[in-house]
Order: sequence, then structure tokens, then C-alpha cells
Amino acid sequence: MKLLTLNFLTCARKTCKSAPSSFPLHPREAELEVVQADVNLAFLKNILPRLMWGELRTITGELGLPTLPDTAPERSALFTAAAAVSETTTPGVDPEAIDAPEHPAPVEEPEETPTQTAIDLHRILLETCIKEGKLVCGNCGHEYAVKEGVANFLLPGHLV
Amino acid sequence: MLPTPSTSHVCFDRVYEPAEDSFLLLDTLSTSSEIAFLHNRFAQANSKQSTPPLILEVGVGSGVVLAFVAGNTSRIFGRNDILTLGTDINRFACQAASETVRKAIKDHDPSLFLDVVNADLASTIRANSVDVFIFNPPYVPAELPDLSRHDSFNVLSVGQKSTSFEQDSYLLELSYAGGEDGMAVTNRMLEQLPYILNPERGVAYLLLCAQNKPEEVKQRIRDWGTGWVAETVGVSGKKAGWEKLHIVRIWRNSMA
Repeated sequence: MKLLTLNFLTCARKTCKSAPSSFPLHPREAELEVVQADVNLAFLKNILPRLMWGELRTITGELGLPTLPDTAPERSALFTAAAAVSETTTPGVDPEAIDAPEHPAPVEEPEETPTQTAIDLHRILLETCIKEGKLVCGNCGHEYAVKEGVANFLLPGHLV
Repeated sequence: MLPTPSTSHVCFDRVYEPAEDSFLLLDTLSTSSEIAFLHNRFAQANSKQSTPPLILEVGVGSGVVLAFVAGNTSRIFGRNDILTLGTDINRFACQAASETVRKAIKDHDPSLFLDVVNADLASTIRANSVDVFIFNPPYVPAELPDLSRHDSFNVLSVGQKSTSFEQDSYLLELSYAGGEDGMAVTNRMLEQLPYILNPERGVAYLLLCAQNKPEEVKQRIRDWGTGWVAETVGVSGKKAGWEKLHIVRIWRNSMA
């Protein structure tokens, strides 16, 4: 289950819907795996306003991933124009980052290249998956199991 | 005609096999009038800074409908940064559908597939987050299966390599049995719909059969309040003047 999915889920219990602490669900005892996916730069640029950044920061912290900055990156920090990329260094961007070899990213618009910031964001949102573990509601404490990447949000109560 | 996703890997003993209803959804979502409606609402060209729409399909089954949408986003929505998410009460369907969507994206359009989660309808979806909602419900007027068996039937029994016949029958019943008028499950879903649908751009596609009394259902939706619209946008299987299956589009008209 991808971390971006948690941006759209809350506790399944009706009584938790009005409680702000029912979002986000908190991963516990999580076993992570990285599943490679192509970078979609247009998506990364457009998704920023939809991300609940503070909550994402909480989740990555709880998973022991590197700490995210306090605020979401600016749209303009996600790509460089082709002219700037032909230089060995780009102002404002870590030169080592530009060379990041493990992601030969297919670029959406030919004149733009994803920055390391974009690649890191892609890694967190779409490549980092919870394979096994639990998702816990901050309001009622109910634990939802994740097994083989599939999260189970079925509640015992509604099934009878 | 847009390509139909492959479901050759799915075991139809316990997961609903794509049928006339599934294909009516595919056909309706790719008609020129629906494409025009969805482009108008979501295409990048019409709203440069708009955020990626979230498509939610409840009860994905084999995943053929969600995969069709995910694999044809440029044609249907005029953009390829669409997010797709599915739910199903049947865990075996969740696994099968994930595979169907992944294959469709790999073969066709590079859109973004989130997950298929094992859930009851949309009970775990955050408020106002869904832009396009799709539901092919269990619509057959037939007694609902006994859900007290769900926990044991939703997984392989310990030490077993395959499901039992009884288990498979139960899981398939979940996919079609809709209680009184075939509306028991759909009514529960309609109660959740205004909560999860984005108030500005949210739109829902709901499949109904003639026994569900689609005209009454549409009127009930219009009675939700100012601006709610419900119109039939696809039909199939005409029988003596009765359209057997209907696709109803539900949305809020902000101009109203």
C-alpha cells in the first residue's frame, strides 16, 4: 500500500468521522518495500495542493524515514528547464542530486527535468509501500491490518 | 474503440467475471458525450492548475472498469496525472484488481494507480476527496449473504492452498445479491456519496437495473437538495421497451 493512499483514507468507523484525529491513520510495526515506478512530473507538480503535508510528515516520521521539511516544496523546485540541466551545476540544487543515477526518469515535457526534490517526493508518495503492518486510528485506537500490501478496513461490527 | 483491459489472470470462481454490466460502464465512459463532459470538468487544457483528480471505484471485482479508466486517462479525461483507487469487500478481488490495473497502465497510459483496499463500500474514504466515483453494485433482488461468515471466508483457511466451494459461492454472492429491490447495498452507498464526493467537481457513475426502479432512485437523489442532478447516460439490453441496465450520472450543478 502506497503512502500517498493514506492521504485519502480515514478510520472506517462512523463515530470517528467528525474527529480530526481519525486522519491520518498511523502506521505501526510496518515492513516497507520500495516498488519502482516511472516519475510523472506533471503529476508531482499538480498534486502539491492536494497533499496534507503535515500529516504526511507525521507518517514518514513514524515510519523512521528521513524527516520531511516543515512545508511542502514549491512547484518550481520540482523541475529544471533543459538549458539549466546541461550545466554541471544548477543554482540552488545539490549537484550530486542531479546525477542521481538510479532513476532515469521519463520526462513528461521534454524541456523539463525532475530535480532531486521531485525524485525524493516521488519515492515517498508512490514507491514506498507498506507491505505488512498495522494502521491505527488516532481517535479510537482501532488497528487495521495490512497483509501482503492489502489493507483491511472491514470492521467486525458492520459485518453482523 | 478503447482497449479492454486483460483479466486473464483472474480466477472467476470467487471474483465477479466482467459481464454486460461491466461492459456497459466501459462503453458509457468512452462515449463522446461522457468524454466531452469529463474533459470539460477535468482536462488540463481547461484548467491549467487543477489538481490530479481521484477516481474511486467501489466494488472493483476483477478491476476491469478501474483498469479501463486508468489505462485510457488521456482519452477520457484529457490528462494522464489521474489517481485511481479501488475498494472491494472481497480480499481476493482486491488482489486480482490490483494486478488488472497495473497491467493496463503498463500496456497503455502512464497514469497513477494507488491501491485497492479491502473495505466496506467507501467507509474508509476521506470527506470530499473523490472526483469521479464509479459503482457497479450488487443489484440483483436476492437475499443478502450471511456476513457473519465473512472473516473466515475472506482469506484462505490455515493450511489450505485454495478456497472451498462454499467460500467461493459466498464471495460471488457478495458481488451480485442486492437485497430488497436489489437496492440494499446501493442505498447504503448512496448515503455515503455526498460525504466523499468533492462538492465542486465530483461526479458519480452508478449502474442500476430495471428492478432497482431507476426513475425513483434518480428522483431520490435530486431530492438531496439544491443542485443535485441525476441523469441516465447509458442503457443496454432493451427488453420490450424496458431498458434492463442503466448508467446514472450523479453530480452537483453549482449553477443551480
